[in-house]
Amino acid sequence: MKEVAVIGAGMTLFRRHLKETGKELSFMATKMAMEDAGIQKDDIDMVVMGSAPDAFDGIHMKGENLIDGSAATGKPYVRVFNGGGTGVFAPIAGWWHVASGVADVCLVVAEEKMGNVYPHPQTAFRHIWDPVLDRPLNPNLVWLFAMEMNRYMTVHNIKKEDIALVAVKNKRNAVGHPCAQLADPNITVDDVLNSEIMAWPVQRLDVSPPSDGAAALIFCNKDIVHKFTDDPIYVAGTGWSIDSTMWTNRDLYFPRYVAQAAKMAYKKAGIINPPKEIDFAEPYDPFDYKELHHMEGLLLCKKGEAPILTREGVTQRDGDMPICPSGGLLGVGNPIAATMGQKVCELYWQLAGKAGKRQIPGDPRVGVGQAWGDIMQMATVMVLRRG
Amino acid sequence: MEKEKKSWPPYAPGTHVKESDIREKKLTYTWWEPEVQYSWSLGHAMSKFIQGLKTGKIYGIHCKRCKRVIVPPRMFCEYCFGPTDEWVELKDTGVIETFSISYLDPDARRIEEPILVGVVSIDGASPKHGFMHYFGEMTKDEIKIGMKVKAVWKPENEREGSITDIKYFKPLKGGDD
Repeated sequence: MKEVAVIGAGMTLFRRHLKETGKELSFMATKMAMEDAGIQKDDIDMVVMGSAPDAFDGIHMKGENLIDGSAATGKPYVRVFNGGGTGVFAPIAGWWHVASGVADVCLVVAEEKMGNVYPHPQTAFRHIWDPVLDRPLNPNLVWLFAMEMNRYMTVHNIKKEDIALVAVKNKRNAVGHPCAQLADPNITVDDVLNSEIMAWPVQRLDVSPPSDGAAALIFCNKDIVHKFTDDPIYVAGTGWSIDSTMWTNRDLYFPRYVAQAAKMAYKKAGIINPPKEIDFAEPYDPFDYKELHHMEGLLLCKKGEAPILTREGVTQRDGDMPICPSGGLLGVGNPIAATMGQKVCELYWQLAGKAGKRQIPGDPRVGVGQAWGDIMQMATVMVLRRG
Repeated sequence: MEKEKKSWPPYAPGTHVKESDIREKKLTYTWWEPEVQYSWSLGHAMSKFIQGLKTGKIYGIHCKRCKRVIVPPRMFCEYCFGPTDEWVELKDTGVIETFSISYLDPDARRIEEPILVGVVSIDGASPKHGFMHYFGEMTKDEIKIGMKVKAVWKPENEREGSITDIKYFKPLKGGDD
């Protein structure tokens, strides 16, 4: 297999509604990534598009709709999609285009317009539930998270105060992010605990927002990386795994499929002791407890230990294991597939020393990003390393 | 060739639109309301399960190779990937594995009276095997994980072959079993 380097990344503003169409957002994110890498459209061999359910955009087969904005006309192009897992799965697909030797330069674009659907993006989520077992009960997607959060809290005896610390950290971290939708330098644990109860134990400030946005990333074969940079960032490992769709047939307190994906990625990266060998992480944080759940799934700590590390400040940007230094989904926003911007682009910006106000102190060399999706079943993991 | 290490993203392209801009038609947009209906065959396993509910019974299915009694049932076992074996009539009691107290309707509109909803593992099935359902005859302060519960069925003449032929699960009291 070829070694694969990251040479450029871009990201648009994240907001509940953006004026731009999906094509226009894809174009803007792609142009920024090309500017970062110093390449033109003709330098791109192949393109991967990541975009989540068509039901949000309301355009069926929207992968085809987005081609023109993704520098893909006249090129091999494929759309990949596995719900919330797409934000890291799209770059995994980009990586394998280059790792396989099929492409020397592969562009990955991730786009989402969630604001299109009415009365609310959660209306589109109705279509993901099982039509026989679940839909007659008129479910709301937040129920899934509420049930998983309650199980996780109960098994480990975790207090809501400790979970709220994650929302506070990430919304504060997002203050340094120009794209951020919900950055808040003054938010407190009490604000989270006093926010509206949506579906207990989930409260309003436990949740990331629906967003419009796009992100882009450019991979290249190591053999030609010298053309673009002297200080390359490499893909050290990738992993992905999916569990059964029968989510009521397993204990939700631990995401075993995340651990499976993480082990796959760490094996390729030669990582034996994740907490020691990984300098920082961007676990998927659509809800505050999910960051903790995923830290444990990513084997960055023991089961039930993530809230303790959070309380002790270990996961702050200047802590021993910074978690979501980008501001995450909670702070920057959650345009599903386009969260590639926080989960993989941010790894690259941090490792390349380009994260500006968000830069982790010290000398980070290894970062892991992760996304999660479908009905509590999909995990996608990517490890980046400075060369 | 060392590029200048400026902060990335260097700018945030995109034009913020407020919900009020859409309501007040300050944004140029178009609108579409699809009308579409679906009909799904329930297949081999779920047809039997749903027909069972109509007669007041919860059916699971046995996978002999995995020694697993599976509910909701399927015609194959996803672990050993063989066909499942015989049908098993389960009890209509179980345990609350997890729950939520929901103030959201399916479109995220707020509701006054919360819905108690969660996962019930069904007695007679393998551990952690169950399905999602409502809870009733208990308050939001009484519901807890580990609580033993029993199905409350719709009257037979009102059942239509749906998961909602069970109205909800109520606390299991002595003598209910």
